[in-house]
Amino acid sequence: MKEIKEKHAFLMRWTHWVNFPVLAVMIWSGLFIYWANDAYGISIFGITLIKFFPEWFYNYFHIPQRLAEGMAFHFLFMWFFFINGLLYIIYTIFSGAWRELIPQKHSFKEAWLVLLHDLHIRKTVPPQKKYNAAQRIAYTAIILMGAGSVITGLAIYKPVQFYWICWLCGGYHFARIIHFTLTIGYVLFFLIHIVQVALAGWNNFRSVISGFEVVESEPKIKAKKTIENGTAE
Amino acid sequence: MEQPNKKKVKAPLTIEQKIKRRNFISFGAFFALGGGAVAGWKWLLDAPEETAGITGGARAPLRRALNKTELFFRNFFSNNHTVKTYPKERAAKTVRVNSLIGIEDDEDFNEKNWKLEVKTGVLQSLHIGIEEIKALPKTEIVFDFKCVEGWDQIQHWGGVKLSDFLSHFKLETLAEKNYMGLKTPNGEYYVGLERDSVLHPQTILAYEMNGQPITINHGAPLRLIIPVKYGIKNLKRIGVMSFSNSRPRDYWAEQGYDYYSGL
Repeated sequence: MKEIKEKHAFLMRWTHWVNFPVLAVMIWSGLFIYWANDAYGISIFGITLIKFFPEWFYNYFHIPQRLAEGMAFHFLFMWFFFINGLLYIIYTIFSGAWRELIPQKHSFKEAWLVLLHDLHIRKTVPPQKKYNAAQRIAYTAIILMGAGSVITGLAIYKPVQFYWICWLCGGYHFARIIHFTLTIGYVLFFLIHIVQVALAGWNNFRSVISGFEVVESEPKIKAKKTIENGTAE
Repeated sequence: MEQPNKKKVKAPLTIEQKIKRRNFISFGAFFALGGGAVAGWKWLLDAPEETAGITGGARAPLRRALNKTELFFRNFFSNNHTVKTYPKERAAKTVRVNSLIGIEDDEDFNEKNWKLEVKTGVLQSLHIGIEEIKALPKTEIVFDFKCVEGWDQIQHWGGVKLSDFLSHFKLETLAEKNYMGLKTPNGEYYVGLERDSVLHPQTILAYEMNGQPITINHGAPLRLIIPVKYGIKNLKRIGVMSFSNSRPRDYWAEQGYDYYSGL
């Protein structure tokens, strides 16, 4: 028998979908800023492996010569990014939702099993509650990364007034490197996230919009669950 | 009496109906809000450019946001917040020259005839020679100069504290105005600075770089070094100094950059 199982609270869904376009604008405008002094790359033994970013990439996305515009967008949307993130963190703390989010002792070991399972190396399905071990780690990490972007952003934005934040970030140079690296991290997170969501299917995806999943269950279990969750209508 | 009866007759929603109903509401809201976000984004992207004035070149709503954000972050400004300083050995030997606006486009300039003009009234000005400025107590600073483009360099500058300069020439009352404006002698490059940053203890009128008189390309004979601002505000070759309660013209603020550009 079909049953509605509540999964994601309204505020979680709201902040998730607000963050997506806001972060996209932050990355886009951040590229305008980065272009003006594109100092970073990855090189080993003096051989450049990756340069951030190749010319064709800049041209394809119309990045060059837009520093002022990039800063103007960046310093408006930083507010939305910060307020939205703060709202999520406050909600997660006060609702108790953090219990299902932050990694537990065994999560790090278990996340390995999730990875092996997802890569079709191991058949056994790892335990999955609202979030499995790998999700707990990934979703907690992404929140910490968001906080990191705000903190390093402030360090770069006002290195004199917030000299202590700048100091905490390891100085102006290091703050810029972290700020940049976190952004690369978001892009990688996004790519994996999209693949995982596609693989997880419609029911899972819908729950981040509608808040619930539809599950098949025995009537007996249903009765018990309804009492537990207190969501009987 | 009829209505309550009707309600009672109505069968409770089946699970399928509940699912459908909630899907409809949530997806409806999702697409409505999504559409609103797209429309809002299009509005911002297509927003008209601000009317060119003291500031220019930015979309009007973004300029409003820049100005509001400035007001918020100015609350954190303090003269006690000083830029980090370094030992002299850390200073760059080859100091970067990034822009020569107001210098390379001024062929008539003769350093020997230079005097700093300070506008003290509508028609009155004070003319101050470099020797008078060099006679004042010297301040040196080795700090990380930051460019709005993103690069930075540890540089060593020497000169007179701007606040010392102002009090020595009895300009304190004038300096109580909200802004100071600086211009190159040919007027091609100009900046506006709010009072707090002008009076910051690390703001100097520099005539030395790495212990030597500054070179033409670095702004000889006198330039501004203001560590609480991005490089764009550190005007080279000061020609005219003025004071006003409203924002003076600012070269880069006219090109879409934040007027404040404070660090």
